[in-house]
Amino acid sequence: MTGTSPDLTRWSATDLAAALAVGEVSAVEVTRAHLDRIAAVDPEVHAFLHVGADGALAAARAVDDARAAGRPLGPLAGVPVAVKDVVTTQGLPTTAGSRILAGWVPPYDATLVTRLRAGGLVLLGKTNMDEFAMGSSTEHSAYGPTHNPWDLERIPGGSGGGSAAAVAAFEAPLAIGTDTGGSIRQPAAVTGTVGVKPTYGGVSRYGLIALASSLDQAGPCARSVLDAAALHEVIGGHDPRDSTSIDAPAPAAVEAARRADVRGLRIGVVRELGGDGYQAGVRTRFDESVQLLVDAGAEVVEVSCPSFEYALAAYYLILPSEASSNLARFDAMRYGLRVVPDGVDAPTAEQVMAATRDAGFGDEVKRRIILGTYALSSGYYDAYYGQAQKVRTLIARDFEAAFGRVDVLMSPTTPTTAFRLGEKLDDPVAMYLSDVATIPANLAGIPGMSLPAGLADEDGLPVGVQLLAPATHDARLYGVGAALEAMLLERWGGPLLDRAPALPTTAPTREGVA
Amino acid sequence: MTATTSEVLPYEDVVAAYDPVIGLEVHVELSTVTKMFCGCSTVFGAEPNTQVCPVCLGLPGALPVVNAVAVESAVRIGLALDCSIAPWGRFARKNYFYPDMPKNFQTSQYDEPIAVDGHLDVELDDGTVFRVQIERAHMEEDTGKSLHVGGSTGRIHGAEHSLVDYNRAGIPLIEIVTRPVTGAGQRAPEVARAYVGAVRDLLRALGVSDVRMEQGSLRCDANVSLRARTPDGQSAVPLGTRTETKNVNSLRSVERAVRYEMTRQGARLASGATILQETRHWHEDSGTTTSGREKSDADDYRYFPEPDLVPIAPDPAWVATLAQTLPEAPPARRRRLQAAWGLADLQMRDLVYAGATELVEATVAVGASPAAAAKWWSGELARTANAAGVELSSLAITPAQVAQLAGLVESGRVNDTMARQVLKGVLAGEGDPEQVVGARGLELVSDDGALGAAVDRAIAGAPDVAAKIRDGKVSAGGALIGAVMKEMKGQADAARVRELVLARLTSP
Ligand SMILES: [Zn+2]
Repeated sequence: MTGTSPDLTRWSATDLAAALAVGEVSAVEVTRAHLDRIAAVDPEVHAFLHVGADGALAAARAVDDARAAGRPLGPLAGVPVAVKDVVTTQGLPTTAGSRILAGWVPPYDATLVTRLRAGGLVLLGKTNMDEFAMGSSTEHSAYGPTHNPWDLERIPGGSGGGSAAAVAAFEAPLAIGTDTGGSIRQPAAVTGTVGVKPTYGGVSRYGLIALASSLDQAGPCARSVLDAAALHEVIGGHDPRDSTSIDAPAPAAVEAARRADVRGLRIGVVRELGGDGYQAGVRTRFDESVQLLVDAGAEVVEVSCPSFEYALAAYYLILPSEASSNLARFDAMRYGLRVVPDGVDAPTAEQVMAATRDAGFGDEVKRRIILGTYALSSGYYDAYYGQAQKVRTLIARDFEAAFGRVDVLMSPTTPTTAFRLGEKLDDPVAMYLSDVATIPANLAGIPGMSLPAGLADEDGLPVGVQLLAPATHDARLYGVGAALEAMLLERWGGPLLDRAPALPTTAPTREGVA
Repeated sequence: MTATTSEVLPYEDVVAAYDPVIGLEVHVELSTVTKMFCGCSTVFGAEPNTQVCPVCLGLPGALPVVNAVAVESAVRIGLALDCSIAPWGRFARKNYFYPDMPKNFQTSQYDEPIAVDGHLDVELDDGTVFRVQIERAHMEEDTGKSLHVGGSTGRIHGAEHSLVDYNRAGIPLIEIVTRPVTGAGQRAPEVARAYVGAVRDLLRALGVSDVRMEQGSLRCDANVSLRARTPDGQSAVPLGTRTETKNVNSLRSVERAVRYEMTRQGARLASGATILQETRHWHEDSGTTTSGREKSDADDYRYFPEPDLVPIAPDPAWVATLAQTLPEAPPARRRRLQAAWGLADLQMRDLVYAGATELVEATVAVGASPAAAAKWWSGELARTANAAGVELSSLAITPAQVAQLAGLVESGRVNDTMARQVLKGVLAGEGDPEQVVGARGLELVSDDGALGAAVDRAIAGAPDVAAKIRDGKVSAGGALIGAVMKEMKGQADAARVRELVLARLTSP
């Protein structure tokens, strides 16, 4: 898209890959450009928790050498990528945004990281997030919030605010996110980027520090649908290390994005995900996107998913339940933080565990552990966890019925544009409502995409539109998404991110700048 | 309340007043090559924490994958216990914090066990068959092992610090749970022991575990409660409060622990005290149990279906195939072998007690006579294993070596006394019996020249005895034979010595 800019950080991943393939640029040049950009803008944005400059340059050099030697390389070889800090990376610190894992360097790579490395992608570093992916603003990171590149006083969404902001701030052309209730799509929406939550089981969870195992899914963050598709193909596909991984290859996302055709497609607008409670500017931009698709030959109908009303409540029982168990392992016995309680002579293992968890977990994490522990307790299980699972089944049935009538569902990704830092920090329920439109897809395991729909008139901030497809039909999202994106770009006369204000920069002080 | 009477009630008084109800939970480590949910080795005795990986260490992000061989073993165990095999079932997480549990939850099965509703017929000492109902058999993973350093007893109490070895964490376990066993009356301890023995034999026959209680690959928790008998001798309906005695790790201990708990509980009940629902520790040396953790219905493991694993759905056709290929049931097999080997009931029982059936079979298979094989395995070798506190099969001697030894005795090259020395040599790692005989110079002196000279010396040394024999008092020959045997250091065939003595002193 911006392959003609002299600034390599403005290029799309696909354009970089094409230029790298013909030797027009080297991976080292591309990597240096992004490291410089990170050094310049990240002091303000704080998208990264850790930047692995040396490792990145070494990986870039290896790609350049391999290319010079004529060895076969993956389609994105030499393209930099940022990875959410919830994904294990051998040799790179991995904290999940929590103090309890401060300084932990995993001895193994997540499967998706293995695939990134094998594909020659260059890992720039690890991105900020709400602690253990619990949050919608990245304010719950133990290492300070990430700032929205559109307005540094605003949240970048969450939990994957770091990955979305890194991409929006041109610190990385691509990033990996994880989405348990919207943590890829909601940050994409509020930062004017593209984010995809694949079908549950479409991307291996091996090496994802689990929040809620039955909901978590890793996926691509990018500035275009095509770039997201290319990254999806690298990380997707069956993994024998993840028992819940779908035994099928990655979807043909790139081909679908290139075809970008919506003629004759039936699109359903979900009645329950819109209207009251949705910001006027969000609704306006959403309606425009719908109209564009109609103009392009798609058939649009309204569909109703009545059980969605209970999605948020069910989600906030299932997620804390699973999280309370998943997070039990952080006990100071084998890795991570260890806090010895004050004033206790010869403390027991139990006392060390308690003191460590008290000091190592933030309030939101503790809140959810307590919720989940309660919901799973004998005597309450049926009323809470059991009921929530029933709601989950009903939501899946709603989707099934809807997809019997239409090919793709559509809604705004979030009810509002980016809110101010601190605005909802004291009101967890208001914060939870940020994910009201994204949560149903996680509960049903279906794929979803958020792409930019424009800027809200009232605040000039990005609005996201969400596309949903039946399980395993991820490719459909890329086809519709790319078509809509092309029409919007034409209307805007260029990428939405070109309208983002310039970020304050810090002069690079790093040695070895070319 | 505190008991004011003696700590235990005489056993006869207990069974007269109360009907014991027992429940047994047997944990068996499967002998799979790899762990339940990862590819780590399961070999026993490796250096601590060398058989671990991100999965069994519970590192952040790691995920389990079910070991298909473990599922097959579980299904075969279920089938052998006449259980129904669940067509669909999920694993569950059992949540509790303990340092030896890497994830602070155990991946187990809860309300969807792989096998339910079976039974096992157990043969008691007098041949009576007692049917024990099986509630369930389910799959789970083992925990790591804590080592408490600095305490006097190896227990956590009083220890200076603790170390954890995670080599055992994630080893596949099958837990077999009985329904409450009632109606055993005074034979309850014996039933408990016989049941665990029968389970052990069954698992060994299935080849799914090495069932070594001393290594912990078969562990037993014994639940015991008493309920008062009504005046008509019938049991009162409500069950009494039970205790669970953990890790009773030999067959004999199972019997002793159940018996002890009956007498302890009997004493408390008789004095009007109540039974605390708790886990108890078994002490092998004193033969008693002591209070462990108080256990109550408030124990809440917050079970929920394991979201990291897809449900287990054994294909019915596959299950049917497994059912057809089960080995012969141990009791039937015992009867068949006893007949084939021509052993008396008592001999066969000794052999079964010693856990020697397979070993005898293997020894016979390589040429030994059944009588000799049975004699060695259930005699000298069983005593050796017992003294060392190990399973017979873990002794450093093979069936082939026992067969070779039996051959040496049969061919007259060594006598029984010498054979026992040969056995010691083999067990000490000195090689095969032939090698030990050679190295230790244990062969019988059957050279008539050497023996004859020794006989002549004995006669010369005891002329009075010789005279008696010449006078027809053949029974006096023992003294001369003894003298010869002494001179030959036992390495002579006593019968041949007798022949030589008589040949010299009683002329035809
Ligand atoms: Zn392992």
